[in-house]
Amino acid sequence: MNTSTTDIASVWTLLETVVDPEIPVLTVADLGIIRDVHLTEGGVEVVITPTYSGCPAMHMIEVQIMAALKEAGFEDVKIKTVLSPAWTTDWITEEGMAKLEKFGIAPPRKNQEVPNCPQCGSPHTKLLSQFGSTACKSLWQCQECKEPFDHFKCH
Amino acid sequence: MNQPASPSLFQFVLYMADNCLVLGHRLGEWCGHGPVLEQDIAMTNISLDLIGQARLYYQYAAELEGKGRTEDDLAYLRSEREYTNALLVELPNGDFAHTIARQFLFDAWHLPFLKTMLSSPDPGLADIAGKAVKEVTYHLKWSREWVLRLGDGTEESQLRMQVALDEAWMYRLELLMPAPFEQWLIDAGVIAGPDEIREEWERTITDTIREATLVLPEDPAVQTGGKTGIHTEHLGHMLADLQYMQRAYPGLEW
Repeated sequence: MNTSTTDIASVWTLLETVVDPEIPVLTVADLGIIRDVHLTEGGVEVVITPTYSGCPAMHMIEVQIMAALKEAGFEDVKIKTVLSPAWTTDWITEEGMAKLEKFGIAPPRKNQEVPNCPQCGSPHTKLLSQFGSTACKSLWQCQECKEPFDHFKCH
Repeated sequence: MNQPASPSLFQFVLYMADNCLVLGHRLGEWCGHGPVLEQDIAMTNISLDLIGQARLYYQYAAELEGKGRTEDDLAYLRSEREYTNALLVELPNGDFAHTIARQFLFDAWHLPFLKTMLSSPDPGLADIAGKAVKEVTYHLKWSREWVLRLGDGTEESQLRMQVALDEAWMYRLELLMPAPFEQWLIDAGVIAGPDEIREEWERTITDTIREATLVLPEDPAVQTGGKTGIHTEHLGHMLADLQYMQRAYPGLEW
């Protein structure tokens, strides 16, 4: 049996339980910010990349990853942050995209400048502001059902 | 990374950090005071991006220096004369038009400059540029749209936008005038010289001002000094606010 493969797989499974504090339907794995997981002599190192430079959720996410792994018995947990290649919304998983939409946030679809309303599905929507409730979102309004909604910006 | 980092690189990274932190702090001063909720949020979002970028630069500067100083030491424990940000970014917020003029003139330089920094042979700079360029693209889009909206708006908004541009105008060129540490890096091929971005910078500014039905300021005066630590009277007041906690309670942590 290859224990290291098992351990790495179990780390990934644990990371599936760590959610973004601002968008709690997304796990850090859905977000695509986990760049690598490898075992070190006494434990494990998780390599992550920030979404936006100033995203205040990043620190919280590190603390949560650390806690989840320690609780699972990994003693020496290191988290390394890398900037390059820069994070892009292309790394959000298909599952993550679907979760966002269900949560009421229009997901970042490439080649779709105007997002559909996540409430009623209408393509007739209007940008209210490039900047929304968090760094990664812009604020829109549906012209049909009149609901305002967040759009996860393509990045 | 094995050979000692050049002092010019360290100074340049600090200069970029100071620009971002000082402008980020200024924008943060708008928090809760924006003209409308959406723009309050926009300014604090841009503030957050810039402070995030400042942290990346300060962390890198601390690493380059290798003397045990941290990002916090560099931000909170350097005096006014040790800050080397361009004068433009420390100008007070004024009315909303002044904030827009300052932001637009900064973004018009920041974006094309970051684009050149993407291909810097220094991996630390190229990596930060890769993050920042995406964020700053939104900043320029936002500030440009507001120059247009205020300029081509009501009689009063046009007047205020014109006054704000006229007043900020003499500070715009400092960004394109290399300090000795920049010149050293330009000669070494680490960063781009002003000629590589001048055309795009000039076109962005003149096209936007024209489209906004504003008048291109003709004032030939140029104000410099920030890059060598000679600041306007405004920076000291700002730092007193920004650094108060660490100065009063050294080592304080949340």
